[in-house]
Order: sequence, then C-alpha cells, then structure tokens
Amino acid sequence: MSKEVAVLGAGMHPWGKWGQSFVGYGVKAAQDALKDAGLQWQDVQLVAGGDTIRNGYPGFVAGATFAQALGWSGAKVSSSYGACATGAQAIGVARAHILAGLCDVALVIGADAAPKGFFAPSGGHRPEDPDWLRFHVQGITNPTYFGLYARRRMDAYGATAEDFAAVKVKNAKHGLHNPNARYKKEVRVEDVLGSAVVADPLHLLDICATSDGAAALVLSSMDFARKHTTDPVKIAAVSTVTPVYPNTIIEMPNMATDSSAGVGLPEIGFKESITHGAYEEAGLGPEDMSLAEVYDLSTALELDWYEQIGLCAPGDAEKLLRDGETTIGGRIPVNPSGGLASFGEAVPAQAIAQVCELTWQLRGQAEGRQVEGAKAGVTVNQGLFGHGSSVICRV
Amino acid sequence: MTDKTHAPAVEGLFTMSPDEPRLLGTQCRACGTYFFPAEKTFCRNPACDQADLQEVELSRTGKVWSYTSANYKPPAPFVAKEPFEPFAIAAVELEREGITILGQVADGIGVDGLATGMPMELVLRELYQDDEHIYMTWNWKPADGSDA
Repeated sequence: MSKEVAVLGAGMHPWGKWGQSFVGYGVKAAQDALKDAGLQWQDVQLVAGGDTIRNGYPGFVAGATFAQALGWSGAKVSSSYGACATGAQAIGVARAHILAGLCDVALVIGADAAPKGFFAPSGGHRPEDPDWLRFHVQGITNPTYFGLYARRRMDAYGATAEDFAAVKVKNAKHGLHNPNARYKKEVRVEDVLGSAVVADPLHLLDICATSDGAAALVLSSMDFARKHTTDPVKIAAVSTVTPVYPNTIIEMPNMATDSSAGVGLPEIGFKESITHGAYEEAGLGPEDMSLAEVYDLSTALELDWYEQIGLCAPGDAEKLLRDGETTIGGRIPVNPSGGLASFGEAVPAQAIAQVCELTWQLRGQAEGRQVEGAKAGVTVNQGLFGHGSSVICRV
Repeated sequence: MTDKTHAPAVEGLFTMSPDEPRLLGTQCRACGTYFFPAEKTFCRNPACDQADLQEVELSRTGKVWSYTSANYKPPAPFVAKEPFEPFAIAAVELEREGITILGQVADGIGVDGLATGMPMELVLRELYQDDEHIYMTWNWKPADGSDA
C-alpha cells in the first residue's frame, strides 16, 4: 500500500503584524488552499487545526474554530498542539486519516496572532511547569538557548559572527520576492553585526521575530488525487519523533538535561533523529533532496540543521554556506522561502508553511525564488518539550 | 529592612546553605539516573520500571558547556532589577550526574569572563525582595583557582 498522500492545494495569509484575529488569517489561507486545489469547503471531510495557545479558548480548539468560521459542514475535526511543531502534528493527523481510509480529503490549517517581543509563559504561580520555572528563577528566554548553541558552534568549529550574519543575508535575499514574507528587504552583514546583541554572540537580526500569519494545505488520498489532477506533489514522509533517553543536549524550555549517569547515549541525537525518521520512511536520503526548509529561529541554528539533516558533516556547515551551496542556484538551497528570517514565527502555521513552500517549489511555481528542477524537498522543525517535525515531499 | 528573612524563590530546588549551597535532585536507586528538578513520582529511564527515587544533593561544581547573555529584560514571571542589568548565563556540566544545568552567572561577571570548559561552582544570590523576604536563586560562579 502506498504511504503517500497528495498535496492538492496550498495557501497562506501573508506574515506580518496585522492586529487582527488569528481566525481570519486561517480562513483566508484555507480558502486559498481550497481554490488552489479546485475544491469546495464542503468537499473537506476532516479539518485538522493547529492550535495556538496565545489566543484564548478558540485557539485551543483551532480545528473547530476554523470549521465554524468556514461554516459548519459536519466534517470531522481534530485540534493538535506541539509548540513550534504544531503544524506537523496537524499534517500527521490528516495523513493518518487518509492513509487509514477514514477520509479522502483533509484540510490542515494553522494560524497565529503573536505578541511582540519575547514569548512568555502562561500566568500564575506554577513551579511545576518547566516553562514558568525557567523564566521565574533564572530569567531564561528562548534566545538564551539560541545563544548557547551559537557559542558551541564558535568553540567547536570556529564559526564567526560573520558566518551567522551571512545566513541572514542569504535568507533575506531569498525572501525578497516572496509575497507571503513579512520582511522583503536586503540585509548586509554590517547590518546584522551593527544590530544590538540580544543573547551573545547573537544580534537582534540573528534572531527571528514573532509574527501573525497562517498556512493551509488540502491533502487527499492518491486515488482521489488521480481523479482530480495530474502529477500532484506528494507527501512521502512525516516524522513527529520524540527524543530517545537520555537527551543530554539542553533543550527549551528545560533548565537541565537528562542524566547520562545511568544509561548510555542513544546512537544519534534528537535533532539528527528528526529527519532520519523521515528519510527512512520516504526511502530517500539527503543526497536526493533538491531543497530544504529548516527552522531558523536563529541564524546559527540554521547552520546546525545543515549537519543534523545530513547536508554535510558536523563542522562543515560554514563552508557549505560560504561556498554558496545553500543559496538558490547552489547544490542544496536552504530556506528558499526566506525562512523565519524573512517571515518571523507564527507558531502553529510554521511547519505547514514549510510544506506550502515545498509544494510551490516542486510545482515550479515559486516565482522569484524558484529552485530549478526541484524534485524532492525536506522540512525540519522542532517544538518545545520534545516534538520532532519533518516532512518530505516529492513530485 | 534588616528583619527580612532569606527564602528560596521556589521551594525544593536547592539548599539554603550560605557557603556551600547545593541543587536538590533525585536519583533512581534502581538505575542510577539523576533528575533535576527532582522527579519524585516516576523514573524517566525507559528501561527502568522502578520508581525508587531518593533525594540527593547534586555536585556543587562543574564545567562550562556553553554560555550566553541576557541583554534585554526577560518578561514576567521573571522579576528584574530596576534598572535592568544584563547578565550572563552558563550551561554547566556536572560530571558525576551527567547533567547540564543552566544558571545565571554571579556577581556581574559577563561573557568576557567565561570560557567553555571553565570550572564553575554553585552560589546563591538574591533574585528579588518583598516586604518580608529576600528571595534567593542559584547562580554559577567561576570556581576559585579558575582563570577568570
């Protein structure tokens, strides 16, 4: 039995700070995805919503919220949350329904209206919640972790602040012509280095912003797709793995790692395991990929991903970047969409948006940022508390 | 002012010894794995079906795995000093426990005073005050004899 599902439609609401409800963004993205698929809302048998935790109760039940906004149709519903990996959870639910024969057509939607500045935990006095605890007793924000990882690259591999800045320069250039990107402006290395240090060695322009935005996908069974279209882009794998104990790399939102005192280390680390699972499921390897969309919460994290998704050996990411291999026109363009550097983070929409970009790239519709002859692509992303997220698409 | 008493910002994370404070964790007697903050209900080692957890004081010293800074005021529930003073944060590896633990770096020592591999020790510092208490948390501090 084929484990593939078809991507019939992709749609987004442009990223920005629009000051409106996340529901409207999601509806717009969904309508665009349906139009792209040539289907009606009433054709959808399952709505898989990606939850947002910063927009009250409607955000916790996003699937139903979007279904009500689009007009109750009796479709099945699911709402899932996996922090930054929320979108992959929703895609995973939709795909599983389709592959199990429980539905033919599913609509996946994620949308957010994000606050300005640092993400902060929910209120109250909640010492049992590691997210609350790290803020309260140590003042540890998300950029703290980005800074720790960046410093490791400098110490272990000789990365420089200029290398990190060059990631931003590349992604800003990629995003220039993306109609859904929030920032469409060239950035120079000096601009990054001249911006304020937020979490040493990272500057403001090394770290992604928080944004409003929405993304949606119409997924279907291959049988349904054959009746409606020719040669659709296919999802060949979805990896939503958790870490293997003990995870000895410090991860958001924890103040401490697992202990390696009682148990040996797993064969590969958590971040490496995320795409490893996807490659295995797709029967493809990194050498088969034409492009990658990776979660560049910071510029230095993008370089970590090059190695963790198998584009190069550990320590070679800076060379891959400097040689232009990850720029459009290079061997393996990374973040041709412009990445989080050009979008900012709209949490539940992000993993879905990565698949929208793969879809447009694999169809040859990524105007102004097209990776020529793209045949397959991989996304990677990670959510707080141990959520892996990787999707492989191919033509 | 002088009758304020010292109290931990959150109970159960560390001892209040002024000279040699220690982080409080647990260790599974069955498999030897450590937990910080203390895990009291279950053992998170998937190969261990015991939950024979004893409270333990963790090592006071370790080595810097990596470090960074907080140059902007973190949001609540952090209670920042006014005016806000940037601080450094270190991730310190405890060898015996095989755990890396984050903490602010004490006494205004910035990233320029830190290096990967540097020996660090645990100290307590004031986090904030109210009318009755001075609330304390742990910090990492370059250990005596280090180059800082």
